[in-house]
Amino acid sequence: MTIFGQKAPATALVGLLIILLNVLVAVAGPMVAPYGETQVVGGGWDPSSATTWFGTDQIGRDMLTRLIYGARMTIGIAFVTTILSFFIGITLGLVAAVLGKWVDVVISRLVDVVLSIPLLIWALMILNVLGQSLTSLVLTIAFLDSTRVFRLSRALGINLVALDFVEVARMRGEGLWWIIGREVLPNAAAPLMSEFGLRFCFNFLFIAALSFLGLGVPLPYADWGGMVKDNVGGISFGLPAALYPAAAIAILTVGINLVVDWFLSIDARPSGAQAEM
Amino acid sequence: MADDSILELQKLKVETITGRVLVDDVDVTLKRGEILGLIGESGAGKSTIGLASMAYARAGMRITGGRITLDGTELRASTASARRHMRGKSIAYIAQSAAASFNPSMTLMDQVCEAPVTHGVMSRADAEVYAKQLFRKLQLPNPDTIGERYPHQVSGGQLQRVMAAMAMSCRPDVIVLDEPTTALDVTTQIEVLSLLRDLIREFGTAGLYITHDLAVVAQIAHRIMVLRHGKMIEMGETKQILEQPKTEYARALVNERREAEHLALGIPDKVVQPILRVANVTAGYGPTAIVKNVSFDLAKGETLAVVGESGSGKSTVARIITGLLPRWEGEIDLSGKSLPAALASRAPDTLRRLQMVHQMPDVALNPRQTLEQIIGRPVSFFFNALTKDVRTRVHELLALVGLPEDFATRRPGQLSGGQKQRVCIARALAANPEVIICDEPTSALDPLVAEGVLKLLKRLQDELGIAYIFITHDLGTVRRIAHRTAVMLKGEIIAQGPTAEIFSPPFHPYTEKLITSVPEMHTTWLDEILAGRSSVLGSGGPAIPDSVLQARAAARRVVADPTKKDSVEWLAAMQVLSDGQKPEQAGSFNDLETELQNVKGLTEI
Repeated sequence: MTIFGQKAPATALVGLLIILLNVLVAVAGPMVAPYGETQVVGGGWDPSSATTWFGTDQIGRDMLTRLIYGARMTIGIAFVTTILSFFIGITLGLVAAVLGKWVDVVISRLVDVVLSIPLLIWALMILNVLGQSLTSLVLTIAFLDSTRVFRLSRALGINLVALDFVEVARMRGEGLWWIIGREVLPNAAAPLMSEFGLRFCFNFLFIAALSFLGLGVPLPYADWGGMVKDNVGGISFGLPAALYPAAAIAILTVGINLVVDWFLSIDARPSGAQAEM
Repeated sequence: MADDSILELQKLKVETITGRVLVDDVDVTLKRGEILGLIGESGAGKSTIGLASMAYARAGMRITGGRITLDGTELRASTASARRHMRGKSIAYIAQSAAASFNPSMTLMDQVCEAPVTHGVMSRADAEVYAKQLFRKLQLPNPDTIGERYPHQVSGGQLQRVMAAMAMSCRPDVIVLDEPTTALDVTTQIEVLSLLRDLIREFGTAGLYITHDLAVVAQIAHRIMVLRHGKMIEMGETKQILEQPKTEYARALVNERREAEHLALGIPDKVVQPILRVANVTAGYGPTAIVKNVSFDLAKGETLAVVGESGSGKSTVARIITGLLPRWEGEIDLSGKSLPAALASRAPDTLRRLQMVHQMPDVALNPRQTLEQIIGRPVSFFFNALTKDVRTRVHELLALVGLPEDFATRRPGQLSGGQKQRVCIARALAANPEVIICDEPTSALDPLVAEGVLKLLKRLQDELGIAYIFITHDLGTVRRIAHRTAVMLKGEIIAQGPTAEIFSPPFHPYTEKLITSVPEMHTTWLDEILAGRSSVLGSGGPAIPDSVLQARAAARRVVADPTKKDSVEWLAAMQVLSDGQKPEQAGSFNDLETELQNVKGLTEI
């Protein structure tokens, strides 16, 4: 089977299917959910039944409903965050690569400072200062994640800036934004696209981790990481409630990675020993 | 005679894994001790045939048909381990780029001894002794200790010779030489070529010599096979191919080289006011000056060739003029007005009048833009033209450089190398420039394609009156296109004047060395040159051309003159005389240079 003119292996198709399903659920959330997001339908940690397929959570809300609403919240935030992080990271990275000299030094060293402290610690610090809200969550993660994007886009940019066609544009007297937007960025698009998939995954897990620590999506919204945290107490009683949101996180992560793997393999050429005859 | 043949390829067919045919129905028979030259443009399948004779195909390719018989064994039918055992032992390969073919973290001796030890031909100790013999035969400096060095510690020419030693380490029956001298400077090329030839003769090895340069292959091959698009065009004795080629294509190849040996342009009238004047310019990277005190004038409609070996600072001159590398000292005037040193402080109109054509058309065009965008951008940028007018102008420019109009919607990836270079020229022309700097615009192209581009440049000059600064290392190109020539050595211009004057006696000593280093199209050229160079020291030997003797005498006078020490002339004279030095002396000189490189490398880290 081919997609976008490229042959897609079975694993990529599975990945695409998983992503598509998740996106559909996220978009159609309130329409397919059997109950309201915060509606209590039974006792705490009721086992699965005909009315509640995955049972209920610690205070008796329907697990399936929470999972569906959670998809919307978790995927939505991760998506917005990654877009924002790429916008900041690519802009700064390419500006540093094209201008070079002290601009590059200043931005790069600032990024190094951010990178020198673990992300989670940064996030805890900033979120404690800004207070817990969706906006501050998105801004914080986007800012922290953009340092990673910066490093990649700067590295890609520096290789491209050395090429003659960029030199020609410079000799013509083109401005900074023309060089970044027309000469460099289109040529860095392929690796950045596949990086987007990976970073989306990381952000998604990062939000889950923050929610698990109690600093993520504020109550009473459902999100998968927060649901794991809320229901994790049930594990010690042999109750599976926490496993459903955890499985949702795992499945989506695997799905995205399958697709990214395929993206990355498109540009790779056969090499080495396999070439023999 | 069948017993005599050592390597036989029959109906060889190689395809890419996607099914494109690269080599089709090629037959090669190689007798013991015979050298066959494979010649053709890039994409003709020369290297593919070379590798296929070892039953090997590069990544993404497959040998799909034919028989490969080496010394009576059919290789395609044998096992992979048998093939591996035979490679390096009975058939060896010398690659084009020595620098890229060595493992940078192993000493040269380890790498040379690897094959004989792995194949069980000799023990490590024997292999080392034999390697040292080979090093001595190949006139490497300090043959006993050079093996302890790492690849980055020797020069490119030396590395190529070490690779030859590596190939010979198992005394193979057949050796495949894939453009072994192409990456070297002309002056180094001679040495390596003659040593390779002697080595092959001495061991009676059969060889496949792959090159795109007819004049080089003429010196070494018994027979020549001309290839094109993976098919054999013509095969014959070297003399016959050079003197009476039967096919149209072979004739075109030969004529192209012959034309390069004659001067094409006369001296221009020098009354015209110079359009570009470069006076006493010095600049470089970091603390070291790469270009020192360079001055020249360029008149309207004139071509000035800047020639020199790699590292002589030719391309740096171009970067200084364009402002990419701001000059430290000196003055550059464009039509009487001084050019600011840095690119950023130049007015758009100044930028417009000075355009550049790069060496590698592959990286000089943005692969994500269509030709209309590439060529149209300077038009809209410099002249604020409307979209409609830009399109008309793009079509006009495409026609001017000999490309069809419907190419406007194509991207660079859909063009051949020569077509890409034409697009680069069209982009430069789009700005209506007065001066175009051409930085080796033909060196990445095949000879016949390059000839077309040169003709185009010449025609554009006649029609539009553009002045060119033509940077090149190829003297054949200079003869054909340049009105005047400047010769560079180590960042300084050591001679300049009308091309006819530069290329006729009395030569400047260094120019003479450059000129005599360019291979000529007859089979005895290498012998004559070598005889000329060696007999300066000893007595006897064949007669030496007068010009050579004169140059040497002049050089010796300069060196003897204490007032001229360390001047440009002195430097050039030393270069000339270093040819005639005895091997040991040359060795110590090389040593010194290598040592210097190492120290430089250390300080950089």
